[in-house]
Amino acid sequence: MNNVFGNKRAVLVFVGPALLIYTVIMLVPVLWSLGYTLFTGSVITGFEFSGFDNFAKLFSDPKVGEALLFTLKYAVILTVGQVLVGYALSLLYVFWLRKASSLVRTLVFFPIVLPTVAVSLLFQKMFEVAPQNGIVNEFINFFGLPSVDWFGSPDTAFLVLVIMDIWRSMGFYAVLLYAGLLDIPEEVMESARLDGAGGWTLIRRIVIPMSLPVLLSSIIFSINGTLKVFDSVLALTNGGPGSSTTPLTLLMFRTAFSYGDYGYGSTIALLLTVICLLVTVFIFRSSRRDLTKG
Amino acid sequence: MTTARTARLRRSLVPMVALAGAGALVLTGCSAGGGGSEGSGDGASEFTYLSLTENTAVADILTSLSTGACKAENDALPLKITNQPQASFDQQLQLLAGQDALPTIFAAGNTPQLAKDLNDNGQLLDIQSTFDDLGVSDDLLPAATSTIESLYGSVIALPTEFNVEGLWYNKQILEQNGITPPTTWDELTDAAATLKSAGVQPFSASGEQGWPLTRLVGNYLFRTIGPDALQKVADGDAKLTDPEYVEAAAAVAELGSEGYFGEGVGSIDYDTSLNTFTTGKAAFLYMGSWALSAFNADTNEIGAENIGFVAFPDVAGGEGSNAQLAANVGVPIAVSKKAYNDKVGAWLSCIADNYGAASLGDQGVLSGFTVNDDAVEVPPLTAELQTTIDQSSDSVLWFEALFDAQATTTSQTNAAQLVTGAITPEQFMELVQADLGN
Repeated sequence: MNNVFGNKRAVLVFVGPALLIYTVIMLVPVLWSLGYTLFTGSVITGFEFSGFDNFAKLFSDPKVGEALLFTLKYAVILTVGQVLVGYALSLLYVFWLRKASSLVRTLVFFPIVLPTVAVSLLFQKMFEVAPQNGIVNEFINFFGLPSVDWFGSPDTAFLVLVIMDIWRSMGFYAVLLYAGLLDIPEEVMESARLDGAGGWTLIRRIVIPMSLPVLLSSIIFSINGTLKVFDSVLALTNGGPGSSTTPLTLLMFRTAFSYGDYGYGSTIALLLTVICLLVTVFIFRSSRRDLTKG
Repeated sequence: MTTARTARLRRSLVPMVALAGAGALVLTGCSAGGGGSEGSGDGASEFTYLSLTENTAVADILTSLSTGACKAENDALPLKITNQPQASFDQQLQLLAGQDALPTIFAAGNTPQLAKDLNDNGQLLDIQSTFDDLGVSDDLLPAATSTIESLYGSVIALPTEFNVEGLWYNKQILEQNGITPPTTWDELTDAAATLKSAGVQPFSASGEQGWPLTRLVGNYLFRTIGPDALQKVADGDAKLTDPEYVEAAAAVAELGSEGYFGEGVGSIDYDTSLNTFTTGKAAFLYMGSWALSAFNADTNEIGAENIGFVAFPDVAGGEGSNAQLAANVGVPIAVSKKAYNDKVGAWLSCIADNYGAASLGDQGVLSGFTVNDDAVEVPPLTAELQTTIDQSSDSVLWFEALFDAQATTTSQTNAAQLVTGAITPEQFMELVQADLGN
């Protein structure tokens, strides 16, 4: 192997084509987009160099502030929700359902294979208030309470979004964590049981510490996915009411493509990239020590 | 040891390089051939039309012309229609314009600013001078061309629609409740109160679209401040946050807080708002005359004869009057300068001569072209509206007509919140004004 990598021409042949494709379809557009942050204008009117104006605007724009807060709120709440519900489900599979869990696993996993737009339409209809009540409002009416305009106020729209996304993704995290739980040696569990640990103590002392690595992977998956949320918001609330459920991705998309301001759109994209990078680095740093050894 | 390997490598490098080179050639070949119908410098080889998916009227009329009155032109330059949803239309247009690959004719975009930018960039055909050259200028209605001029600065689009807007009402519901068609704002609010207490939903409006609500704000401004109310804002001489402007938003918000728009107005889409009215579940609908095709259709349960039209009412003490009808040209059709040639000219002449009659005859919709066929049967409701248009002295635009894309989006996405009370009238106007930035 040393010989192959010592030969520069061989390296060129092996890495070259892939690097070339990666450069053309990945690096060039990324750098291009980075370049756009210094320009203002559109494809039609032409671009003008504007120095750091876009960055100055970024820090004073209340819309960016609002979208950033929403993105972080969504990412934190959804990561906690997805991983907690997923973990609870995986515990259910391993300790209660055991061998019979395959049907439940398949059913709970099912929403992940459905297209986001279809799921969003389903939830829109379920939470609908007009022209006719959806199933949720019918249920509320059954108890004598008035219908709620779920998509009419920021808090309830956010709630529906969170419920939908947790429902959609919990099956995936359940399977991921289930695989982690299966890796815990039966002997360890057995000896803990013999020592008198049971139920909650077993989970707290043995299961959670021994499944921490996979739990951490789930958190990294989840937080990176939720920071970049786009399709479910677009299809369910379209960022509304007003702009109250608009994440950075949607704001970036609108700024660049709907308003034709590629420069400022790229600046928002850069902000999002930096946040994703920081969060990932932070999580990796904090996980450097071996968590299984406490 | 390495020499043998190097030699082998060198041998294998030759075909790889050759393959890469051939691949590159194929890719270049593809891109050269991918220029589409506008590839040659001599204008279009197809009469391509990029249509809004939601607006089928223009595509239907062009298709019927291509097999009828404009058959010869279509044989020389075949019509080809592609669709793009309204939400992503401007984006598509910007992309095509950026690649200098605009279709022959296309809907001019959601905001007038986009067409203005395209025109400033020299990509749009000057319709006025082209029509002068073709000798068909008389086919354009002066009212429609003046509306296009006030929107775009010059005549750069074909007025495939000429709409007036106002309040459509259900005659039967009004009669049953002893209400005469309102001509003042106070009469309108009194009527709404009477209807609400009688258990009838006064207004049907789509909060999901937003514009049916902001149209009310705009019209209120034209009635209180005058027809130049929003021009002043565009010129920077007034701000939407000025008290007299906020008053308009407050008046519309009050309709919402009284519950006159019914439940869940933010979730009501365009079709639902129209259906609510045509099934007799609401008394009033603010809408443009493009809805005539829906009113004249068999699916209209209340019947066209049961529908009346009044201009947006006067506001006491205001500068404007209800003789100034809100007018627009829908999303007009622009023509690519690059794609223009004699065959496109022949198509445009044919459209100018025949579009008015086809639109009125096929769809019962008014266009900005003259109707050059006396035999066209005009539905009674359409005829009634034509009389109203003839009697009106002047026209006004709409709330977002002079806004850019960002302010338009902000205005329309926050309209539902304004009427549900989620934001105050001051906040609403502040949000929109912030995007106008002047």
